[in-house]
Amino acid sequence: MAEPILEVRDLVKHYPLTQGILFKKQVGAVKAVDGVSFTLDKGETLGIVGESGCGKSTLAKVLMNLERATAGQVLYKGEDISRLSGPALKAVRRNIQMVFQDPYTSLNPRMTVGDIIGEPFEIHPEVAPKGDRRRAVQDLLDVVGLNPEYINRYPHQFSGGQRQRIGIARGLALKPEIIICDEPVSALDVSVQAQVINLLEKLQTEFELSYMFIAHDLSIVRHISDRVGVMYLGKLVEIGTDAEIYDHATHPYTQALLSAVPVPDPTGREGRERIILSGDIPSPANPPSGCRFRTRCWKAEERCSTEVPLLAVPEVLSGGARHDSACHFAAEREVAAAS
Amino acid sequence: MTTALEKTTAAKDRLVPGTPLLEVRDLHVEFKTRDGVAKAVNGVNYSVAAGETLAVLGESGSGKSVTAQTIMGILDMPPGRVTAGEILFRGQDMLKMSNEQRRKIRGRKIAMIFQDALSSLNPVLSVGYQLGEMFRVHEGASRKEAKAKAIELMDRVRIPAAAQRVNDFPHQFSGGMRQRIMIAMALALEPDLIIADEPTTALDVTVQAQVMDLLAELQAEYHMGLILITHDLGVVADVADKIAVMYAGRIVETAPVHELYARPAHPYTKGLLRSIPRLDQKGEELYAIKGLPPNLYKVPAGCAFNPRCDVATDLCRTEIPALHQVTDRDGAELAGRKSACHLWKETLHG
Repeated sequence: MAEPILEVRDLVKHYPLTQGILFKKQVGAVKAVDGVSFTLDKGETLGIVGESGCGKSTLAKVLMNLERATAGQVLYKGEDISRLSGPALKAVRRNIQMVFQDPYTSLNPRMTVGDIIGEPFEIHPEVAPKGDRRRAVQDLLDVVGLNPEYINRYPHQFSGGQRQRIGIARGLALKPEIIICDEPVSALDVSVQAQVINLLEKLQTEFELSYMFIAHDLSIVRHISDRVGVMYLGKLVEIGTDAEIYDHATHPYTQALLSAVPVPDPTGREGRERIILSGDIPSPANPPSGCRFRTRCWKAEERCSTEVPLLAVPEVLSGGARHDSACHFAAEREVAAAS
Repeated sequence: MTTALEKTTAAKDRLVPGTPLLEVRDLHVEFKTRDGVAKAVNGVNYSVAAGETLAVLGESGSGKSVTAQTIMGILDMPPGRVTAGEILFRGQDMLKMSNEQRRKIRGRKIAMIFQDALSSLNPVLSVGYQLGEMFRVHEGASRKEAKAKAIELMDRVRIPAAAQRVNDFPHQFSGGMRQRIMIAMALALEPDLIIADEPTTALDVTVQAQVMDLLAELQAEYHMGLILITHDLGVVADVADKIAVMYAGRIVETAPVHELYARPAHPYTKGLLRSIPRLDQKGEELYAIKGLPPNLYKVPAGCAFNPRCDVATDLCRTEIPALHQVTDRDGAELAGRKSACHLWKETLHG
């Protein structure tokens, strides 16, 4: 098999908590991402799901090198980019771009659409020579389904869906190989979400892009992803192909998450069995010992509080359940799949 | 010692499921702004009875929240203005009431739960104080009584260790807990009707499930009417008895929940349901409603949905469709089903 385009090994991002004004001393750390490993192949879409505070957005920032990793490696085509800086980092960043969640705050209101989409060319002039830029921007507008004549308009003149298209055009400008989409449709109206998802899929085929698709809407993630990873409190708890995760989930958290998603079909709703988790996500500054999910888990036993479960294929399982899961008692359960 | 508080609580009559509570008739609301007149609500009709859950489904700008704010009487006027219509609460038109009369209904008879609990709670007052305020202001309770009541309420919405946490401030609670406090506040005076405006949109799915569960349980216990305003087709399918779909300030379809999902009678509803990703469509293009939601300053002539509709005809571009009673193939009326589409027959039966 071909080498993965991106490989993440034991990635850790801790934010120090300090006390004192003059003599700062570290009293702890918010363990936002705490040992995450996965790979991303060319042309593949990896979905990352999890609730707020699980570290999925921090993970995206560390991959982009917007935040320095505390430990671990991010290998882009075999080269560790997590320690790069200066021109070397700039060169790598051309290939990894990002689309943000909120199309209302991620576009500068004082810049025209042409300036916003063309700005990456200022930083990487080799992609489009000066005279060609206007054409290049218009081509990009066309690619994302906006009228190229809109080049001189300002963001406020567009609707949410159109703004997200502008954000996508900016992400595409440097012809990257990887695009990290952080909740790209969650701020959009339902009728517009499908348009943006279709656009992302079309662009993937056209430009052979690899996506890392971070979202909390499980049905959209299933639709677009080849593989899905589930995060909880800074750790990947389960990862596998979309069918393995959605139809053969073996981690209790994944099962609870899937069962909590409201199914847009009222048929048989009375008989639907739902796992209602008690309590809230613990603070990442002070995660539970052993398995981090144990405080909300109905399967938790003594062993879970002392021994950290590793992300590995549980040997006792077979069929679709044979995929990475970080639980001592990994087992399938009948869950109503989010269709 | 019997206090005023205990008397009023004892006198509270239980709600009988099925009693009509609220009826909105042909409501029109517009906003005068610098850019012109925005017609936010253009003829909304719906009703809700005790023990019933009405889901109002619509995208941003469809007028679903403005309608709710008008019912509550908390719409800023100006710039807002009710130009026509009636809001009947137990047969009385609230729009004709004095401010004094409306204040008696607000909170006591009709309460509202807002989307964003953090910005709806006062950050510098303890949650116990804010919950107790309901009893102090509406029922003349003393501080001590109010606090005891607040603890009882927090218990009822299952906030752990309520007695210890009653003096905590909003920021010390998690998002789900804050939303529980909002629910407790709405429940405080045991209202007949609760309007919940996107109550779980800001919450994570596992917490959303907890909160929706709690609401359903409380409703089963008190038989209050519930108007659930949301854009989430999943939440609606889970809890609603009947649904009103809004588009550009109008109701475009009403139907009992099972029938709406099984056989929509309006192209907009049909489009929304089709755009949900389904398992068997993996790798295929999703169905997407074309175009953009309408600009409220310039709502399209005729049916507001016509520029985005797959089946629109010339009639749709000129004439605003009435809310038709929907019938089955033999012409028998389908209870509770209405559609504001000239082509509802083709949409439903085609």
